[in-house]
Amino acid sequence: MKNKILPISLILFFIIIFYIFYKGLEDSKIYTPNLNTTIKIPNFNIKDFYTNETIESSNIFKSDEVYLLNIWSSWCVPCRQEHPLLMKLNKELGLNIVGMNYKDNKENARDFLNELGNPYHKVFTDLDGTIAIEWGAYGVPESYLISDNNIIKKYVGPLNHEIIDEIKLLIK
Amino acid sequence: MKKLNIIIIIFLLFSLSNISAEELDKRNKITKNLRCLICQGQSVYDSDSEFANSLKIVVDEKIKEGLSEKQIYDYFKEKYGDWILYDPGINKYTYFLWLLPLLIFLFGGTIIYKKLIKKL
Repeated sequence: MKNKILPISLILFFIIIFYIFYKGLEDSKIYTPNLNTTIKIPNFNIKDFYTNETIESSNIFKSDEVYLLNIWSSWCVPCRQEHPLLMKLNKELGLNIVGMNYKDNKENARDFLNELGNPYHKVFTDLDGTIAIEWGAYGVPESYLISDNNIIKKYVGPLNHEIIDEIKLLIK
Repeated sequence: MKKLNIIIIIFLLFSLSNISAEELDKRNKITKNLRCLICQGQSVYDSDSEFANSLKIVVDEKIKEGLSEKQIYDYFKEKYGDWILYDPGINKYTYFLWLLPLLIFLFGGTIIYKKLIKKL
């Protein structure tokens, strides 16, 4: 019996290891960011897109209002795709949409807004992408639904009709 | 006078480059341990993506602000979670990963020890 303890425990040990690694195979290898946690919005200083004035974030986001922060760029094709939906959100719901122009050429960004319309109540410039990092962003486009100075929902990638319906429900 | 000016300029350049070399070493060390979240298997150091380039600027800023390596990692962990670090600390998700080699070592060591004792 004593001689059998070692091989049995060895087999058991390898079965456990095999099970753990086999389970690990089922996990997604693609990184999926946590999109549902409520996080306080970061504090930062940012330049106004039109006036180039530096503004503190506390002067942009008021605690009793709902905002949608949209990170966009004129060189980003999906941003062009989602833009009509932002226009719709602004027109139909009057949602306070704040635009953050990410690593862009100002002239091109201006042309983009002139061509497709400006759904933003305020537009800011993030020339080197560091403010986007403050928000925990990965790139463009990305949108954050903000209520009471908290990020209540984060949307990575372009907005679509389903997301718009969800936003409508959330802000009700 | 001209010679003195040149000497002062050279001295200043050398002292400046010394500081930035230290900062550069720290920056390289940190960015090598940060995962480029939008790339396939690349660190921020290796990547030239928009995301990685912005992260490098933030790391530079944080180093200039005087933050320690750990504080910088904590900052990024708060923004992007543990996944951004290549070398995560021990927590409830990683303790098995850290303890497994030690367990295997102890287990194997016990077997070898027992065999040796028997032979002797």
